[in-house]
Amino acid sequence: MVKIIIKNLKFWYGKKQVLDDINLLIENKKITALIGPSGCGKSTLLRCMNRMNDLISSSKIEGNLIYNNKDIHKDYEDVSILRKQIGMVFQKPNPFPMSIFENVSYGLRAAGIKDKEILKKIVEESLKRADLWDEVKDRLDSSAFSLSGGQQQRLCITRALAINPDVILLDEPCSALDPIATAKIEKLLIKLKDEMTIIIVTHNMHQARRISDKTIYMLDGKVIEYSETKSLFVKPKNKLTKDYINGEFG
Amino acid sequence: MFLVKGLKINKEKIIINIFLIVSVTTILILLGIFLFLFFTGIKTFNEISFKEIFFGTDWNPTAYGEPSWGILSLLVGTLIVTLGALIFAIPLGIASSIYLAEIASPKTREFLKPTIEMIAGIPSVVLGLIGIFFLSPLIAGLFGLSNGLNGLIASFIVGIMILPTIISVSEDVLISLPKEFNEASLALGATKWQTIKMTLIPAALSGIGGAIMLGLGRAVGETMAVLMVAGNSRGMPTSILDPVRPITANIAIEIKEVVSGSLHYEALFLLGLILFVITFCVNVISEIIINKQTKKYKW
Ligand SMILES: Nc1ncnc2c1ncn2[C@@H]1O[C@H](COP(=O)(O)OP(=O)(O)OP(=O)(O)O)[C@@H](O)[C@H]1O
Ligand SMILES: [Mg+2]
Repeated sequence: MVKIIIKNLKFWYGKKQVLDDINLLIENKKITALIGPSGCGKSTLLRCMNRMNDLISSSKIEGNLIYNNKDIHKDYEDVSILRKQIGMVFQKPNPFPMSIFENVSYGLRAAGIKDKEILKKIVEESLKRADLWDEVKDRLDSSAFSLSGGQQQRLCITRALAINPDVILLDEPCSALDPIATAKIEKLLIKLKDEMTIIIVTHNMHQARRISDKTIYMLDGKVIEYSETKSLFVKPKNKLTKDYINGEFG
Repeated sequence: MFLVKGLKINKEKIIINIFLIVSVTTILILLGIFLFLFFTGIKTFNEISFKEIFFGTDWNPTAYGEPSWGILSLLVGTLIVTLGALIFAIPLGIASSIYLAEIASPKTREFLKPTIEMIAGIPSVVLGLIGIFFLSPLIAGLFGLSNGLNGLIASFIVGIMILPTIISVSEDVLISLPKEFNEASLALGATKWQTIKMTLIPAALSGIGGAIMLGLGRAVGETMAVLMVAGNSRGMPTSILDPVRPITANIAIEIKEVVSGSLHYEALFLLGLILFVITFCVNVISEIIINKQTKKYKW
């Protein structure tokens, strides 16, 4: 089953074209990895999917992104509805300067849920879902900044999970973390895959190989190859993909 | 090669020394002013008790026979004008800074910010004139007063004077918040307004507090406009519609008529000292707050 359809997507920052005729079918309840050299447009593509690029006033977009039979750019007058369904986790852990509880309940509160008991219940469930509950259950009221980097990033994932998204976009979520913290997040993502569609940008080939079902290789704003992760890494069809993989694995 | 390098170092040393001398001189001058203020001001206590000065409500140093030295009515005057100015300037200032930092397009912002900062450049005499000729008849008519020069109009004029400080410092604080807060909040489905309310304002709160304190410091020390529009009656004000005589205005009015070295002269310096202590503390506290705020979210 297909979750997101990307058709003839082009994207510009000012006059500079960054995405060039992207066509992709993102599959439901799978982990799709997005790899490619720095500056090739991975983050930009990801940010098109929850319209974070709306924030950049000089940007221009052409083509269509279809999610649940709706055009992401044309059929969502209220973009916050889209973003509640397509969550995002950023490269640098970016908790709010608030308590752990307030961080996790943020999206719920923004959605208008005020009932303390409901908030408590969902916060606990979400933290358990992200395997963070045991580490923070005694300090829900302390500042999120008091957590380690890895915990902060898992808190950011929890925060996104709390509003029960359908798709979750992750932009190099482990690049600032050590291997142990990274392993925890990878484990979590594999667990979450049963419930939601995951798209992850990563510079780490091993990570893409370990956790993803499908891999997209991008170069200079174009999709060079998109296939099953196994076959892409073992038997790349395109010479450019092969060069990149060989280069990265050394 | 060696020679040139040596010369260069020497030149640098000279320049550094010049700067050192200049800044030390500045500090010495400031210290001198403070010491002069302090030692002249406290002489008042040789003749008049602390209690009479700080708890007396009647300020009339030139009264025939029995002069009185209570500064309470003057302090209340300062308080009314300052609080009034803040009540007016805080909501307007915060709202404007939020608009500038988070809502206005870059173009609008580029135009508005310098415009607002220009208000700070309007000489206070000019604002005083506007107050006397345009606002005071308006206020007199509105409230049915015989004379519109009172605490309300002084608050309003001083409020306008401190607005640019509050707006511009608060806006700097908001702008310097990490953009990650904004992105994280929007990505969780919060609207722009929710983001402002739930994240940005709380994160900037102490800095905005500092901006308000800076404005407060200015309001306490403002003299010229207040002198022109506050009405300056010495009685204890009972409402904001009464004419008031803040400390600054009082010094400006009476300094012309005192004999150098007299008790009255010393008492005016005491008033100056009180003002100085208030504004100094307010400014130091606000600097500390604002400094802390700007360092708070550096990762
Ligand atoms: N806000 C922006 N304004 C202008 N140009 C931008 C902006 N963001 C990114 N770019 C440019 O667009 C191109 C693609 O950027 P993007 O961030 O999507 O690359 P990326 O593949 O995610 O790179 P990396 O692996 O380094 O994160 C780059 O050349 C970048 O310089
Ligand atoms: Mg990127």
